[in-house]
Amino acid sequence: MSELSVNHLLGIKHLNAEDIQLILDTATEFKEVINRPIKKVPTLRDITVANLFFENSTRTRLSFELAEKRLSADVVNFSAASSSVKKGETLVDTVNNILSMKVDMVVMRHPNPGAGEFLAQHVDASIVNAGDGAHEHPTQALLDAFSIREAVGTLAGTKVAIVGDIVHSRVALSNVLLLKKMGAEVMVCGPTTLVPKYMYTLGVKIEHNLQTAIEWCDVANMLRVQHERQDLKYFPSIAEYRAQYGLTMEHLDALEKPIVVMHPGPVNRGVEITSEVADSEHSIILDQVQNGVAVRMAVLYLLAEKRKLSKS
Amino acid sequence: MSKREIIDARALNIALNRLCCKLIENHGDFSNSILIGMQPRGVQVLERIEKLLESTYGVQGVRTGVLDITFYRDDFRRRPGHLQPNKTRIDHLVEDQKVVFIDDVLYTGRSIRAAMDAILSFGRPAKMELLTLIDRRFSRDLPIQPDYKGRQVDSIASQRVEVLWEEVDGRDAVLLTDPE
Repeated sequence: MSELSVNHLLGIKHLNAEDIQLILDTATEFKEVINRPIKKVPTLRDITVANLFFENSTRTRLSFELAEKRLSADVVNFSAASSSVKKGETLVDTVNNILSMKVDMVVMRHPNPGAGEFLAQHVDASIVNAGDGAHEHPTQALLDAFSIREAVGTLAGTKVAIVGDIVHSRVALSNVLLLKKMGAEVMVCGPTTLVPKYMYTLGVKIEHNLQTAIEWCDVANMLRVQHERQDLKYFPSIAEYRAQYGLTMEHLDALEKPIVVMHPGPVNRGVEITSEVADSEHSIILDQVQNGVAVRMAVLYLLAEKRKLSKS
Repeated sequence: MSKREIIDARALNIALNRLCCKLIENHGDFSNSILIGMQPRGVQVLERIEKLLESTYGVQGVRTGVLDITFYRDDFRRRPGHLQPNKTRIDHLVEDQKVVFIDDVLYTGRSIRAAMDAILSFGRPAKMELLTLIDRRFSRDLPIQPDYKGRQVDSIASQRVEVLWEEVDGRDAVLLTDPE
């Protein structure tokens, strides 16, 4: 296999099927590494990574930090709340100041769509997008695909339903793009107010009935209702959303074939899925979290590999 | 580019048998030993030795594993192209065991340095040994020498030494390739 075709991981839209395959295959080997008695390899010992989080995150940030440390990279963390961004510094100035301390890679979460792409054009570091607004979250889509491949065996031909708040979800967009590139069949399901019209252009099925969606799919990826991004009322009440789109054990028990249930977290238990579903044998939510570290190690490894050292 | 056969199937088989006998001399019933094949080409040597130990010498149930050293290499980002990792399978505890690394060709010794580093992720072996089918002597970059060697080959840096196996390449042989 050859190297990645890209120098940054800004979004799934920039990757081709071979890149995705390479990342998933490499992640398989890293998953074996993180299950060893000593879970650390020395590969990135001469790489320094800055984690820049301009938006809150627990899981993604921890996952990236663990991935970096398992690869022996030096890590610096930065969060907007305690930084000079509050004092009016621009993004490029902030990052250039950090890079002048010899940082090689930047993992960034930012509320503005395209922030990673902007940064990649202006600074000399490999950029990994850890979520940019409602645009893309490529490592989440990669770890979801890795988890589907692990649970079902293949991506090509697998039917995946993405259910819930599609319009505010970067996870949904990255997942749709990735799954389509890998030959999976994709359906998005949610109330009409939460399913954007452009989904038609991406070649996915659109469904507004949860029962129909779960009868069709092999895998249901249940998204969180993002209250914090909703500036207006998209549905009458939480109770009504739960009644229409909340996945329960009754749904799963009534199906003819078992399906795999995923959730990118954090879970609103009792809203998009019940506690029983989240903790059931159908759920691979905790596998997704473990796979996240392996997939991020693969991404960092493959991007670092493209930063060749010069002999001079 | 010219290729010539420097060791034929018969000589290769004799060398493998001799290696098995030496292993038995030092490891007895192998109850405290684990044979580790180095990915990718050392795995073939391991499989042959395992088969010979069982069929010709009656040594059953030798514990084995395969080790990939990609993440421990010292030339990451220093060579062009992509380093694709292979499978690692270490199902036995290496703590306090005698570990024998098995590879096809020993050249600079850098892979073995990486392997010694890698195996420590699985515990602290009582002893580490190295078995190589072909020893390209006078070409070491590091102070590493094999404990068991099948044949010695004198070669220069621009030449390539390649071991062929019937199972994967159609015949058993060792080839020396000269550059143009």
